[in-house]
Amino acid sequence: MQIPEVSDRRHLECDVLVVGGGTAGTMAALTAASNGASVLIMEKAHVRHSGALAMGMDGVNNAVVPGKATPEDYVADITVANDGIVNQRTIYQTATRGFEMVQRLESYGVKFEKDEHDEYAVRKVHRSGSYVLPMPEGKEVKKVLYRELRSRNVRSHVTMTNRLMPVRILTVDGRAVGAVGFDTRTGEFVTVSAGAVILAAGAAGRLGLPASGYLYGTYENPTNAGDGYAMAYHAGAELSGIECFQINPLIKDYNGPACAYVANPFGGYQVNGEGNRFVDCDYWSGQMMAEVKRELESSRGPIYLKLSHLPDATISEIEGILHTTERPTRGTFHEGRGTNYRDRDIEMHISEIGLCSGHSASGVWVDEHARTTVPGLYAAGDMALVPHNYMIGAFVYGDIAGEDAATFARSASHPELPEDQIEAAHELIYRPASNPDGPPQPQVEYKLRRFVNDYLQPPKTERYLSLGVEAFERMRTDIAQMGARTPHELMRCAEVSFIRDCAEMAARSSLERTESRWGLYHARDDIPQQDDASWFCHLNLSKDPATAGMTFARRPVAPYIVPVPGFVRPDGVPDALAPQGVELAEAWR
Amino acid sequence: MAHATSRSDVPVVIDEEKCIDGCTLCVDMCPLDSLAINPDSGKAYMHVDECWYCGPCAARCPVDAVTVNIPYLLR
Ligand SMILES: Cc1cc2nc3c(=O)[nH]c(=O)nc-3n(C[C@H](O)[C@H](O)[C@H](O)COP(=O)(O)OP(=O)(O)OC[C@H]3O[C@@H](n4cnc5c(N)ncnc54)[C@H](O)[C@@H]3O)c2cc1C
Ligand code: SF4
Ligand code: SF4
Repeated sequence: MQIPEVSDRRHLECDVLVVGGGTAGTMAALTAASNGASVLIMEKAHVRHSGALAMGMDGVNNAVVPGKATPEDYVADITVANDGIVNQRTIYQTATRGFEMVQRLESYGVKFEKDEHDEYAVRKVHRSGSYVLPMPEGKEVKKVLYRELRSRNVRSHVTMTNRLMPVRILTVDGRAVGAVGFDTRTGEFVTVSAGAVILAAGAAGRLGLPASGYLYGTYENPTNAGDGYAMAYHAGAELSGIECFQINPLIKDYNGPACAYVANPFGGYQVNGEGNRFVDCDYWSGQMMAEVKRELESSRGPIYLKLSHLPDATISEIEGILHTTERPTRGTFHEGRGTNYRDRDIEMHISEIGLCSGHSASGVWVDEHARTTVPGLYAAGDMALVPHNYMIGAFVYGDIAGEDAATFARSASHPELPEDQIEAAHELIYRPASNPDGPPQPQVEYKLRRFVNDYLQPPKTERYLSLGVEAFERMRTDIAQMGARTPHELMRCAEVSFIRDCAEMAARSSLERTESRWGLYHARDDIPQQDDASWFCHLNLSKDPATAGMTFARRPVAPYIVPVPGFVRPDGVPDALAPQGVELAEAWR
Repeated sequence: MAHATSRSDVPVVIDEEKCIDGCTLCVDMCPLDSLAINPDSGKAYMHVDECWYCGPCAARCPVDAVTVNIPYLLR
């Protein structure tokens, strides 16, 4: 293919640039537009079917519905699930604004399950509160958002692009001023000048290699290769909790949710090979995953999702959800294996590692306004550090980011874009095309991700993690030699560089936190104790401007704004009196 | 550098009889951009073995020409 000159590029302008048109990104665009901003969504897939919601979602995992639960319950639950290391203000936003978001989605046409009294039919899966709200027509959710983005009022403010992939955020004097990327179909070079930038590029889901060995057989949508984490890092933003991996219990080989959240309320649950329950709560946490791993590796393994004891009609109902919405090929998979929920329980296994704050607590550091530490740069959704934020949290933070970014952009200048950064990004994108005979992406990526499994999969130890750091440094050379022949291959090659960056961040953060915490997510076999005296704090990572290497800082855990029953803060910092500075949403006023 | 071509069993299969000339819906929708139109036949096909077995290609096809199988390594 022909490599374009640095100067031969398409230039775009907007007030608010949204990177990724998934759950958080579409909501960010809608809100920014309704606040008067001109919005550009850069999406590397197609907005209609991109991201985690590509085919919809089985239900809301974390809706705090008035009369069913309180924001305080939810904040306390998530605080405990994350071993106390949380900025409660960020969680409080999801807790108090989630219900308005449910209603907003409903006004767009998304359906939520109601009981015979027309009340939201929330269910209990978490340890104490009831926050799980099924979506009977969950397959429509992305369609509804897409329709909203194309509606007459919104269309004039929002430009949606597909197959445009930014690779770097541009900064001037430490402020985000745009992005640089390319068209993954034509290979065209693209720059964007923006008043503010919202990163909503999803999880780092292509980090570990699934046990199947298939590069794209990941739990997360494999388009989410950690692009957002890498872009935030190179823009100078702080990332946090990167050592707190995402690991999920999934259908073996299929690698999709089994899913206890759906099956629990119908009477399904996880058992070991002897048919016994081994966890008292099916809520996904690091603690639960530690028990899953222990069970799998013992003589009591494997583990199963048990449904076979349920009546035929109930199983049909569960199949009606599991086989049609979120991952509609689950049925095809079971059919191919000749397994039927009626006479065989579903064998489960452990996922590859990833980074995600939607499920765990690893992401770009944000405050309760979705602001990163780089002025003008926002992050929302799975890649932004709001623990266990799931789908509603992605919508809520998309909304918050959209509003704040629109305000920021109103008074932001559009300086001349930094030519040196543009040239560096050009090199990152097109270098593989100048060496078309170099090792192809599938081989390079396989090798990189096999090292991720070899050295980063918990239990972690200093020796293995250090070997990981060495391997990921060595992979820089492989990546520099990688070859590509088409724009599509260039996209995959750029992703490999993002995966490498995430792998190095994961290894170094795991080395830095010299204790074990969050169950399996950060289980250090060489230091099995939790060390509250030294480590009751966030571990933040950023790019050192002097050395261009990774540097770490500890951030104290902010005073709690919600008391957590039964949890004693090891640092003795007293709770703040009331949720100061956090504006209460309508439903809770 | 030496190269070899190796065959791969790709998960998504398109029924060329049914696929409509000029349509590109499945190609447009695939999150991984793994489908393309074969310039010789004008029909859609899977051009790379990169698939999340997610299903938008099949869901959007107006004539039911797309079958999503589970990728071989997982099947
Ligand atoms: C299989 C599965 C099941 C789930 N089930 C539930 C559930 O039942 N309930 C629940 O509450 N939550 C569930 N979740 C979690 C929830 O879906 C996510 O937390 C949420 O959707 C994340 O939103 P997001 O916007 O961060 O990411 P996404 O919606 O994935 O969006 C990221 C977007 O960024 C794009 N992108 C990535 N890189 C780039 C780049 N370089 N340039 C341009 N675009 C880019 C992607 O194509 C995508 O469109 C599930 C997640 C998965 C994966
Ligand atoms: S199943 Fe998904 S990833 Fe595979 S070809 Fe169809 S749309 Fe693309
Ligand atoms: S959507 Fe169906 S008809 Fe259209 S190109 Fe794809 S296979 Fe052919």
